Amino acid sequence: MSIQADPVAVDPAVVAPSEVQLTRRGRRARLGIFRNTKALVGVVILSFFIVVAIIGPWIAPYDPSKVTPESMLPPSAAHWLGTTGTGQDILSQLIVGTQGVMVVGLVAGILATIISVIVGVISGFIGGTGDEVLSLISNIFLVIPALPLIIIIAGLLPSAGGMTIALVIALTGWAWGARVLRAQTLSLRKRDFVEAARANGEPLWRIVFFEIMPNLTAIIASGFIGTVIFAILSEVTLAFIGVTSISTWNWGTVLFWAQSSQALVQGAWWWFVPAGLCIAAVGTSLTLINFGIDEFVNPRLRNTAASAGILRKKKIRARIGFTPVYRGEKKEGVA
Amino acid sequence: MKFLLRRVGFYLFTAWAAITLNFFIPRMLPGDPVQSLINKYQGRLSTDAINSLRVLFGLNTHTSLWQDYLSYWGNLFHGDFGISFTYFPTPVADVIAQSLPWTLMLVGISTIVGFVLGTLAGVGLGWRRGTWMDGLLPVANFFSAIPYFWLGLIAIAIFGVAIPLFPASGGYDGGLEPSFSWDFIGSALYHAALPALTIVISSVAGWILSMRNMMVTVSSEDYVTVAQAKGLPERRVMFGYAARNAVLPSISGFALSLGFIVGGTLVTEMVFSYPGIGYVLFQAIGSKDYPLMQGVFLIITLSVLVANMAADFVYAFLDPRTRQEG
Repeated sequence: MSIQADPVAVDPAVVAPSEVQLTRRGRRARLGIFRNTKALVGVVILSFFIVVAIIGPWIAPYDPSKVTPESMLPPSAAHWLGTTGTGQDILSQLIVGTQGVMVVGLVAGILATIISVIVGVISGFIGGTGDEVLSLISNIFLVIPALPLIIIIAGLLPSAGGMTIALVIALTGWAWGARVLRAQTLSLRKRDFVEAARANGEPLWRIVFFEIMPNLTAIIASGFIGTVIFAILSEVTLAFIGVTSISTWNWGTVLFWAQSSQALVQGAWWWFVPAGLCIAAVGTSLTLINFGIDEFVNPRLRNTAASAGILRKKKIRARIGFTPVYRGEKKEGVA
Repeated sequence: MKFLLRRVGFYLFTAWAAITLNFFIPRMLPGDPVQSLINKYQGRLSTDAINSLRVLFGLNTHTSLWQDYLSYWGNLFHGDFGISFTYFPTPVADVIAQSLPWTLMLVGISTIVGFVLGTLAGVGLGWRRGTWMDGLLPVANFFSAIPYFWLGLIAIAIFGVAIPLFPASGGYDGGLEPSFSWDFIGSALYHAALPALTIVISSVAGWILSMRNMMVTVSSEDYVTVAQAKGLPERRVMFGYAARNAVLPSISGFALSLGFIVGGTLVTEMVFSYPGIGYVLFQAIGSKDYPLMQGVFLIITLSVLVANMAADFVYAFLDPRTRQEG
């Protein structure tokens, strides 16, 4: 895998325009995926929500659970996103709820990633019967519908708080990452540098942690992000259908109350629209980061993104995988 | 043939694992859920129901775990999932049998429509990359991140309440009896329009994105270049060469993410109070109806396994390499 290779070197689509631009590219390349616009936008949106999650309890204008007589107010200067049927401030609920969503997403993501790395790398590395058994287990978890399983476990537990939910989500959501990691480890295992390390007599743990793992970083990261998306969506869904405790705020809880108080029929759009937009924004930011990683790992996707702009400037229509022929006066062409 | 046999073997094993999981989950949980349920229902549970609960949670002490497990399998083969308390005294199997056709029609058809539409759009977008069409990607990206149920809420708010074009809940007109008359089918289709639209819209974006990326990757393969160089018509190269190969990972992705999609669509049913499995599950959660929850989970899992198997057959049909190995 040439993930760590200098992106400029593996990027044949770049027309060498001028020295200045090249050095700038070189510097930005060191920041890895951050030179990718998509990933950058994703990181910015995500950071916003992370900051809100951290400082949320201090910046919320009202107590989110406080019942007041000002019920069902549309958005105004006093209540930016209006109030609920019991006069609670919706903006405060969203701000305070951000923390619950983020923490569960993060914890579930980390736990699931740890499981998937352990299962995936071991399974890909040892091969043989052990591999068969481990991939069988991860395939089973992949095929069994996770959400109904989570619903059942959470529904049977006497009290399902945030951490319990994170644990259950992690236990059901690790399989996808494990599968991808196994495939990649399998292809790395027989590479020359691993063979060389083995021939040098490096211990097994060193081969795994210092030879194999660094080459899996991008895949682990993208698996982690995928699991966080899954965890956030599952958690919000569980809160929305009322499986988890409704006493702590998260975006799903807001939607749960909106649904059960007939906000839809009363036309109280301010009650259920913002929460959904928040979920979609966090989801989008994470998928954007994942696309950044994808394009970083798969040069073909990256070249497309990078060369499309250049081609458009030269009025060439990018068609299939063909090397576009530039029929202009200059002969430099587009590589 | 060997490929398909191995897959069938895998699905049988997974079915066994799911059923066994379903048996053990209630037994592994702490406390005495039966007593708390008896308290909750305050004497409205019959002795039969209490006994079946004790069996479900493994609290009848006279039998061993192994005997319980065997009798659990025996009951399953007789189609006996216990008695629901939400719909007391209807057996769980009957409740599921009533709601399953609704889910199969709604979720089955709209998921497939979403996949086909998304894949076709992805082919187009991947083929004409670098044009204005790339501008659609962020939109698709945004839609793929929206939870199904929220889109359902929005759909109800717009087309059910603000502009009452479609009914916002239910599966058919309350005045009609379920039958195979035109009136009833028409009413069922009319009620299914909004939930189906929701499922299609929220699932289509994901397929567009994955198919587009596969098209981009595949269309720089040599065989595509060769096809183009031979002077084949563009449409032929696009569908017969590029899309034909790009769709394979998309189909296996479809099979693998079915479980996830089904989870999302079940919640859509809950939002629309659609009389399918998802809504039954919703009611079961609300009243802590464990036998019903377990039965629903089992049926959902088995249906997903069957759908997966079908997707595998399609894959084997499309990819001759899988057939050659045996």
